[in-house]
Amino acid sequence: MGREEEEEVEEAIMDGTTTSQKQDEGPCHPTPPSSHLPKPISDPPLATRPDPLSLSSSRHHRRRSSVPHVSIDSPDPTVRHGSRNESERFASSQRELADAVARLVFVGDPGSTDPRLKLPGNSVRTAKYSPLTFLPRNLFEQFHRLAYIYFLVIAILNQLPQFAVFGRGASILPLAIVLLVTAVKDAYEDWRRHRADRIENNRVSSVLDPHAAQFLSKRWKDVRVGEVLKVLADESIPCDMVLLATSDPTGVAYVQTTNLDGESNLKTRYAKQETTSRPPDEAHPVAAGLIRCERPNRNIYGFLGNMEVDGKRVSLGPSNIILRGCELKNTAWVIGVAVYTGSETKVMLNSSGAPSKRSRLETQMNRETLLLSGILIALCLVVSICNGIWMGNHKGDLEFAQFFRKRDYSDSDDKNYNYYGIGMEVFFAFLMSVIVFQIMIPISLYISMELVRLGQAFFMIGDTNLYDESSNSRFQCRALNINEDLGQIKYVFSDKTGTLTENKMEFQCATIGGIDYSGGKVASHDNGKEHSILDCADQIWKLKMSVKTDPELVMLLRSKCETEQGKRAREFFLALACCNTIVPLVVGTSDPNENLIDYQGESPDEQALVYAAASYGFVLIERTSGHIVIDVLGDRQRFSVLGLHEFDSDRKRMSVIIGCPDNTVKLFVKGADSSMFGIIEKTIDLGIIRETETNLHAYSSLGLRTLVVGVRELSRNEFEEWKHAYENASTALIGRGRLLRALATNIERDLHILGASGIEDKLQQGVPEAIESIRQAGIKVWVLTGDKQETAISIGFSCKLLTSDMAQIVINSNSRDSCKKSLQDAVARYAIISPSHGDSVTSTARAKVPLALIIDGTSLVYVLETELEEELFKVATVCDVVLCCRVAPLQKAGIVALIKNRTDDMTLAIGDGANDVSMIQMADVGIGISGQEGRQAVMASDFAMGQFRFLVPLLFVHGHWNYQRMAYMILYNFYRNSVFVFILFWYVLYTAYSLTTAITEWSSVLYSVIYTALPTIVVGILDKDLSRKTLIKYPQLYMSGQQNEKYNLRLFMLTMIDSVWQSVAIFYIPYLAYRHSTVDGSSLGDLSTLAVVILVNIHLAMDVFRWNWITHASIWGCIVATVICVIVIDSIWMLPGCWAIFHIMRTGLFWLCLLGIVVAGMLPRFIMKALTEYFMPSDIQIARELEKLQRLNATATTEIPMSTFSQP
Amino acid sequence: MNDYHGSAAGPSSGSGDGSAPRRNSKRPKYSKFTQQELPACKPILTPRWVISVLTLVGVVFVPIGVASLMASNNVVEIVDRYDAKCIPGNMSSDKVGYIQDDTIDKSCIRTLTVPKDMDQPIYVYYQLDNFYQNHRRYVKSRNDAQLRDSEQADKTSGCDPEKNARDGSPIVPCGLIAWSLFNDTYSFALSGKILTVNKKDISWKSDRDHKFGKDVFPRNFQNGTLKGGATLNPNIPLSDQEDLIVWMRTAALPTFRKLYGRIEQDLKANDTITVTLKNNYNTYSFNGKKKLVLSTSSWLGGKNDFIGIAYLTVGGLCFFLATAFTVVYLVKPRKLGDPSYLSWNRNPSGH
Repeated sequence: MGREEEEEVEEAIMDGTTTSQKQDEGPCHPTPPSSHLPKPISDPPLATRPDPLSLSSSRHHRRRSSVPHVSIDSPDPTVRHGSRNESERFASSQRELADAVARLVFVGDPGSTDPRLKLPGNSVRTAKYSPLTFLPRNLFEQFHRLAYIYFLVIAILNQLPQFAVFGRGASILPLAIVLLVTAVKDAYEDWRRHRADRIENNRVSSVLDPHAAQFLSKRWKDVRVGEVLKVLADESIPCDMVLLATSDPTGVAYVQTTNLDGESNLKTRYAKQETTSRPPDEAHPVAAGLIRCERPNRNIYGFLGNMEVDGKRVSLGPSNIILRGCELKNTAWVIGVAVYTGSETKVMLNSSGAPSKRSRLETQMNRETLLLSGILIALCLVVSICNGIWMGNHKGDLEFAQFFRKRDYSDSDDKNYNYYGIGMEVFFAFLMSVIVFQIMIPISLYISMELVRLGQAFFMIGDTNLYDESSNSRFQCRALNINEDLGQIKYVFSDKTGTLTENKMEFQCATIGGIDYSGGKVASHDNGKEHSILDCADQIWKLKMSVKTDPELVMLLRSKCETEQGKRAREFFLALACCNTIVPLVVGTSDPNENLIDYQGESPDEQALVYAAASYGFVLIERTSGHIVIDVLGDRQRFSVLGLHEFDSDRKRMSVIIGCPDNTVKLFVKGADSSMFGIIEKTIDLGIIRETETNLHAYSSLGLRTLVVGVRELSRNEFEEWKHAYENASTALIGRGRLLRALATNIERDLHILGASGIEDKLQQGVPEAIESIRQAGIKVWVLTGDKQETAISIGFSCKLLTSDMAQIVINSNSRDSCKKSLQDAVARYAIISPSHGDSVTSTARAKVPLALIIDGTSLVYVLETELEEELFKVATVCDVVLCCRVAPLQKAGIVALIKNRTDDMTLAIGDGANDVSMIQMADVGIGISGQEGRQAVMASDFAMGQFRFLVPLLFVHGHWNYQRMAYMILYNFYRNSVFVFILFWYVLYTAYSLTTAITEWSSVLYSVIYTALPTIVVGILDKDLSRKTLIKYPQLYMSGQQNEKYNLRLFMLTMIDSVWQSVAIFYIPYLAYRHSTVDGSSLGDLSTLAVVILVNIHLAMDVFRWNWITHASIWGCIVATVICVIVIDSIWMLPGCWAIFHIMRTGLFWLCLLGIVVAGMLPRFIMKALTEYFMPSDIQIARELEKLQRLNATATTEIPMSTFSQP
Repeated sequence: MNDYHGSAAGPSSGSGDGSAPRRNSKRPKYSKFTQQELPACKPILTPRWVISVLTLVGVVFVPIGVASLMASNNVVEIVDRYDAKCIPGNMSSDKVGYIQDDTIDKSCIRTLTVPKDMDQPIYVYYQLDNFYQNHRRYVKSRNDAQLRDSEQADKTSGCDPEKNARDGSPIVPCGLIAWSLFNDTYSFALSGKILTVNKKDISWKSDRDHKFGKDVFPRNFQNGTLKGGATLNPNIPLSDQEDLIVWMRTAALPTFRKLYGRIEQDLKANDTITVTLKNNYNTYSFNGKKKLVLSTSSWLGGKNDFIGIAYLTVGGLCFFLATAFTVVYLVKPRKLGDPSYLSWNRNPSGH
């Protein structure tokens, strides 16, 4: 993220600062060429925001980011996960941009920049195919599926004359249909992408034409690296460009990055002072500038480069670049030079497709597919061996047997006709039987599953219960192939900030000088209003948001008498108002005399603090790079910002050096308590420090986030020394970041403590209820947070994760040994023996005392990836609740992996921030909250939604349905195809094992793609065993998915036995009825075709839970369609079997056979179903009965307790 | 990817922050379909349903079974296996040699006794056992285009090895099926008086009208080295060669009957029928049996007890199951939809 990149500020700003400041500087530095001041850079002080792409990018891109891959909150810099990269990190930050790895951009001169047009143009291409490449590429991609290769091989085999079991067309058809459907789907999606690309590429931007010396319109796709562009307010940025100048004389531009990372607040970007004064424009089309920047990479928070202007080298950082996809706001125009275009822009490099995961069910399905292949091979072996034996026995007969005619007598020479000896015949028989029985492996299942998932996704997206009003966001299905995993979740790993909580910070209380002011809660509305209105120059300035104030504190601030406490309080709020990177924006309202102050910033904590300061009368009105204007209790004062040390994760604090109107120079520092108490002057104010610590502890246990504020007055010498060092550091070419950090650490010491603030992180709506029902469903909820232990525990209590009757195991150690000891203690104390298969003694003991494990990131360093991991796993799995605090992003992933690698249980990770990306990607199901923080989590997730509480309807309702539907559909497809294969097999036994089929080849081909395809898809999309209400009312019903109740080997076996029985009924009833009759093959085949289609559809009908008109139409319609198809096939005069159906339908025996088959075939299943449903009812069955009976009684008996879930 | 486009495609798509106007709401439209709340029937297998269904099946099946059995019992069937018996004693060691020797007269006389009164029409069938008319090599060896249309006589693909005559001209009808046409003949006499066998309309009308051309005449048929069976009169169009048409409807199973003709005359019990047959067809080389069958018919077809027995069995079983279920339901009743049966209510400490 390149925080080491500093920003140089032009002299002009310094000139604009207070005169007093100027005078102070005068004697020492007569005319400094330029002051080097740090600039606020886009990182919030507290929000955990490490490099979001570190996981994925680490392999491909050299690491140059200074942001560690450990949590910002992590107290120990040697956090295990991050430590490996530590040295590399420093090394890379010191690396200078060698020309070999750098991109050279001649400003305003695309010709020299890219003479051979090797760089990509600015046209983007998200479409995968072009019309020309569509066919080969799409086919290539589709054939990645192994099953398709199998069917292709079979189709090819069938083309050989020796094996031509089916007609050529017939054998290709099923594969062709499947490929076609998928190809049409892909083509449509690609067409939409093409269209979007076209619109995007043809947007117009104004580009400086060096020859015409003016800005001309140019399409986005024609923009080239090195060209100078002008972007006006509210326009989108066409490519990644380095700012050269803006409409603001100080070179500030504001951009909104919603499209890039989802953050809706404005970010400040700066043009370099060297270029703002003389930007390339109509007068100077080609600037004498040369930009050297790094190669394109995915890191949207990082940029490294430098620019040579007038022989001077100026460094460029992430705050000097505006990225494609952003929008320019509050700035009339900017001029910049394109450095990355088209596919090399950061947004395009980041727009990876939806992640591809495989669902648990599909993995399990592969096991059954293998079993089916085994059965298939067994059938083929039986047929081919019997064929061999039969031929052996009839060796002598075959020459003259009319039906075999081994010899070809048509020529005089005595050769065999189509006969290659028994060995070869057996081999051919084997291959032919594979062709005949091929649909044992259901080809249509793959396409059905895809269609069903699409349908399920449609309903999930369209569910009004998953729509979030506040963020206006629908549910998003980003991964289409793991819908059914939602029904099998056993572990939920949740981020806290922004996921459980709203991440809307609200200032609650403060402790100043050791005195707690937390009376704000009782403050009346009037009180708040009074402080938010500000009268200045006939204009009323209003705060966009006001904070309830503590009257006592207000009194203290307003009182004129100079008490020590009053001074401290004023300094405290002054610190809050200035020690931040917030930009105040003044927005007009409908009332012309009224303006609204809107504080824009990247950290919600800072926003809350600034609003609080404003409510108490310290209103931040204006911020430029060199000064800020604060309305101090009605008196407008100008402060110059002399220096700013931004927040970084090692120091965990930020500081500003402020030149006050009274000529003093003050250093304000604010930061996390752990980092602040180390740098506070302990010798004085000892009582205050102790009191503050007590208050802080109280705040933390209320669930408040705390920040400590300190101050130190700098002497002139000290400041000059600092300034000198700072200039040296910021012009250093090597290790600039490290030098700056050392500088900051050096000056941030011996602070006087002012006080601390308590900010409430509000829980999201419905979170406690959601967690309660999720836990009732047998899902373990683990909360992983970067917050400190007290905060985490208090949030745990407030969201009902922790209850008072729980025994807490706290592991909070600083060394390996103590970690080990605490784990072993826990094991001993709670008699934990074995993690998953605890014997009865432990399970009863466990039932008595619910356990909660609380472990912090430091301890995890010693646990994860060591032999202690196993120990932790044992303890953690018996605990009802696990809270991990102060964990780094990669540790989050490590914890998910802890469970994922050791159990078969499904894991779900839910989070909203970039720090959750690794966890989301690691878990079986990753859910992104599309809320306050950026889009990184959503981009990495499989599903995205607006609120944590939507997890309840998502898992219990949609997950349950999806799993139940998909599991049934897979079993049903196996059954359906194997019934058909077994029928063919029985018949083959009566054809001298010669693999004749009574059923016409067209019917065999159409069977799985037309005759029986639609109902299973419709049922897979629409059927639901239980209503939404019931599923939410009884969360325990969710356990059926966790326990694989709907799809397991036992069910598969039962299904296969059933299919054998049904095939016996379908074949042997007609066989015995028509034995010794004149029946011809086609008639028997037609009877089998109709019988099997009716039977499998009745089978499905018997298992349908809910009959609506669509189900009726598809099931009965399919039978009718089959009859029509059979009639059509039998009306083709060219086929040998024509008209058979009409003949056989006229006989009574046909109808008796049909009826007999259906009844005899279904009877065992019907009896089994009746018995199990009555005597061994599953929970789902009982709930169904409940549902039905309740409706019959028509008494709305029980109110749904979790009404919050269904109310958006 | 799509998201990127969705929001970046144009400025018209709105800024998307919380203050976006209401008209941009992405709230999914409510409909019973999209919310999966279509009115639906939720059947449950209640004991009453189970017992009624089983009883209903029993009530339907038992009478059908009885009726089928009665129908089957009313059918009178005479079956006479003659393949072995029609070989003169001196040739019984070389059956194949006998049948292949064209010089020997293959006539054979069989006497049948009518066991019960047989009402006309009495169907005359020949039955072949172990003749795999459904063998892959055999069943494919035909060309239906050729049979139908005189223009397409040279379409003989698939007819191997009976495709073309020596001179290369096509055989009509080609293929193994036609080549192996059954050629035993039967003539019947009842106490010295000839019983006429009506050989008209023994094939399917649809075959005569559409499948076998009225202007297609046999050509080059049975001219090869090895004769498979009957020869055809080259002056009669295929549509009138009903024996061929019957034969070309290949049987489903290796034991099959083919209609030979109808005797349109009632027979009395203990009548003796003398059958003079020409035992021409070679089934000896593969131990195939040949049988002559005289049978009346019922609404159910020929004599076959299976369907009746099957229906009685299934019907009886259903009655039995219905009773069994009734008893079990009475002995071990369970209140439907009782929440106390839910697993977590049964053992609350379980989870």
